[in-house]
Amino acid sequence: MKKLILILSVFILLISFNIQETKAAEDNEELLKTDWSFKSFFGTYDRASLQRGYQIYTEVCASCHSMKYLSYRNLYEKGGPEFSEEQAKAIASNFEVEDGPNNDGEMFTRPGKLSDKFVQPYANEQEAKALNGGAYPPDMSVLIKARKGGANYIYSVLLGYEEPPSGVILDDGVYYNKFMYGKKIKMPQPLSDDLVEYSDGTKATSEQMAKDVVTFMMWAAEPHLEQRHKTGFRVIIYLIILTILVYFSMKKIWSRIETKV
Amino acid sequence: MSDSDKKKPNRRDFIITATATAGVVGVGAAVWPLVDQMNPDASVKALASTEVDVSNVKPGQSITVLWRGKPVFIKRRTKIEIDEARNVNIKELKHPETDEVRAKNPEWLVMVGICTHLGCVPLTDKGDYNGWFCPCHGSHYDTSGRIRKGPAPTNLEVPKYEFVNSNTIKIG
Amino acid sequence: MSDHEYHPKSRLGKWFNDRLPLLTLANHLSDYPTPKNLNYWWTFGGILTFCLITQIVTGVILGMHYVAHADLAFDSVEHIMRDVNYGWLIRYVHANGASMFFLAVYIHIFRALYYGSYKSPREMIWILGMIIYFLMMMAAFMGYVLPWGQMSFWGATVITNLFSAIPFVGESITNWLWGGYAVDNPTLTRFFSLHYLIPFLILGLVVLHIWALHIPGNNNPIGIDIKKPSKDTVPFHPYIVIKDMFALLIFLIIFAFFVFYAPNILGHSDNYIEANPLVTPAHIVPEWYLLPFYAILRSVPDKLFGVIAMFLSIFVLVILPWLDTSKVRSALFRPLYKQFYWFLIADVLILGYMGAMPAEGIYLLIARVATIYYFAHFLIILPILGKKEKTLDVPLNLTEPVLGGSQNTSMAKEVSTFKRN
Repeated sequence: MKKLILILSVFILLISFNIQETKAAEDNEELLKTDWSFKSFFGTYDRASLQRGYQIYTEVCASCHSMKYLSYRNLYEKGGPEFSEEQAKAIASNFEVEDGPNNDGEMFTRPGKLSDKFVQPYANEQEAKALNGGAYPPDMSVLIKARKGGANYIYSVLLGYEEPPSGVILDDGVYYNKFMYGKKIKMPQPLSDDLVEYSDGTKATSEQMAKDVVTFMMWAAEPHLEQRHKTGFRVIIYLIILTILVYFSMKKIWSRIETKV
Repeated sequence: MSDSDKKKPNRRDFIITATATAGVVGVGAAVWPLVDQMNPDASVKALASTEVDVSNVKPGQSITVLWRGKPVFIKRRTKIEIDEARNVNIKELKHPETDEVRAKNPEWLVMVGICTHLGCVPLTDKGDYNGWFCPCHGSHYDTSGRIRKGPAPTNLEVPKYEFVNSNTIKIG
Repeated sequence: MSDHEYHPKSRLGKWFNDRLPLLTLANHLSDYPTPKNLNYWWTFGGILTFCLITQIVTGVILGMHYVAHADLAFDSVEHIMRDVNYGWLIRYVHANGASMFFLAVYIHIFRALYYGSYKSPREMIWILGMIIYFLMMMAAFMGYVLPWGQMSFWGATVITNLFSAIPFVGESITNWLWGGYAVDNPTLTRFFSLHYLIPFLILGLVVLHIWALHIPGNNNPIGIDIKKPSKDTVPFHPYIVIKDMFALLIFLIIFAFFVFYAPNILGHSDNYIEANPLVTPAHIVPEWYLLPFYAILRSVPDKLFGVIAMFLSIFVLVILPWLDTSKVRSALFRPLYKQFYWFLIADVLILGYMGAMPAEGIYLLIARVATIYYFAHFLIILPILGKKEKTLDVPLNLTEPVLGGSQNTSMAKEVSTFKRN
């Protein structure tokens, strides 16, 4: 009984931290949810969704948001959008990458290679701020992990634009978003129905696009999630089997003295 | 305490053997990530190939470029140097290789610029055979980069390379 | 400790052992007589050894890829997570390993509190343990700074600012700690160096901790002195080894669950934002294992006294062997202490919860009451309890019926059989 109480208390201690997380989130609106393919024990990424998400990123987000930790090679690596190597090469070569200095000591641009990092929209943070009314569009590489509520939160913000309620006065270049911290956001509503045309024929509703791009961002933040889930399953199964074996070994060993007592 | 010695198991039960085996397998599997992390990582592997513009290299000139952290010699050979390399009796060589194999396009010789002895960088156009000379321990290479004299065991390594066009060599 | 001389069988073994008695040591460790009624709460020593070794191994590996520089630290962590072979696994094991380490150390400490393991003649084991615990907190704090995220930066700022509470020299000390006028690159590099050093200090102290343990031998759930070796003891190998293995594996399953399925749940999302000295996160919260101390710090209205209270809360633990005046060790025979023990657990959990809450209104009030109770437990309740409490009769050994027929023999039996099934 006491054991049980102690185990429970320990878990309460652990969980208390998460209560605090969720509590803080509850101050705002309850987040929108959707059926993410990467949740759950065997969660994997939906390849088609990742590829569509990459399309949204390049066509919609990339003009302001960098993804500085990603490289073009990631696009064909296992566990990601898994474009073919040729497709990834073609994507990379569409971008102009600054390289150099060359033998004359000058910087030059060349078409992107697989080993290049994603090209960034601004030279530096100051330029980004100057061109965006003082707000810095955050880098999207690990953004999902950097926000409470993770994927659901970003999904909700993308879909949370509304007319401000009466009494809320918004400055120029500030928008009302009920999921944003403080309910104000400097990013104009990025998604609207049929903003892009999907090559696979999927209907480009706002919800679909938000889901795709958030899936893409989730992969960007956790590129090894599929391997992690797979390895984890094997490790835990192995540990359970070994635990059972050790348990019976223990019985066997302790039985030697049990009889003597 | 001699009492406890007698208590020690002297017969190995099946279950204990099975447990020990499973444990050893698990430890082995757990050690692999700890070893593999030291191997070249994904970003290093991605840099496997380098493209070099050789349009400015004149006959007789040699340039050195960096590929995978190692120097690569790209030499545009003169007619004399080519002849010298091709008129060698293969049988006399320590590491017999024909120049035709080492330089598919006879004008261009591409080699990893690391002495096969202990990893120093040989000097270009030096040595008894007008090729390369390694200052560390005195290995002499000929105009095809073959070892002719000194302690180095093999010829300078020819990496995988190809001409993307007449002016560009892709190494790797 | 064993009074027999160990004689290696082979001549080579004898030659070696005469010059460096490692075989004698191994033999001592393997034969070490251990009370046979130890329950599973006693397996956490082994689990903690495993945790320490895991942290050192994964930490040394992360050190091969990590770059301790304010401009590169965050990037290098992302490099580990993305490109290094199994880097994600090693980093998640290290990060969650810290939490698992503290989970285990708290169970280990509270086990000692319950069964009175800190009492004579085991005071040195306890004090060494407390020094280890304190070093663990320092290592954990400095390690948390290394990824150079927002929580790293602001956690470092807040904790180092504690020292500015010291009168007259406070500012000089904080500047000395920082190597500048704020937390910056010099702070990061020295934290990295110390974070690398401390685990090896801990390792040395663990050796002393175990050495000190092997002088009197293990305490046990009944808390009586056990003659060793005797019918009441078993040799450490294989009996205790296999049992520790079993407990370790259960622990590993929980560990693996966190690493593979909830690797970031114990962390804070703000630490995935690169450190920015211009913007403070809305809530600065330490890692969960430091929350009770954070609550004590904040519950005192004065800056200096808050810091003093926080350090005192650890110090009362160090002097605990002299605060608890009861001659009886195990709470099994101390009905009142048992109650207060659970009150203390509840109190620490409440403090931990309050540490995560904003320090205002009702939270602050509860935190203050809990802080007062925490000190009262050690400084008032325990000294008085030892003198006033009517303890139950303690059996004389584990196997023989007690002379005089105390009803507690059955309890002793129950406890000793309990752990074996």
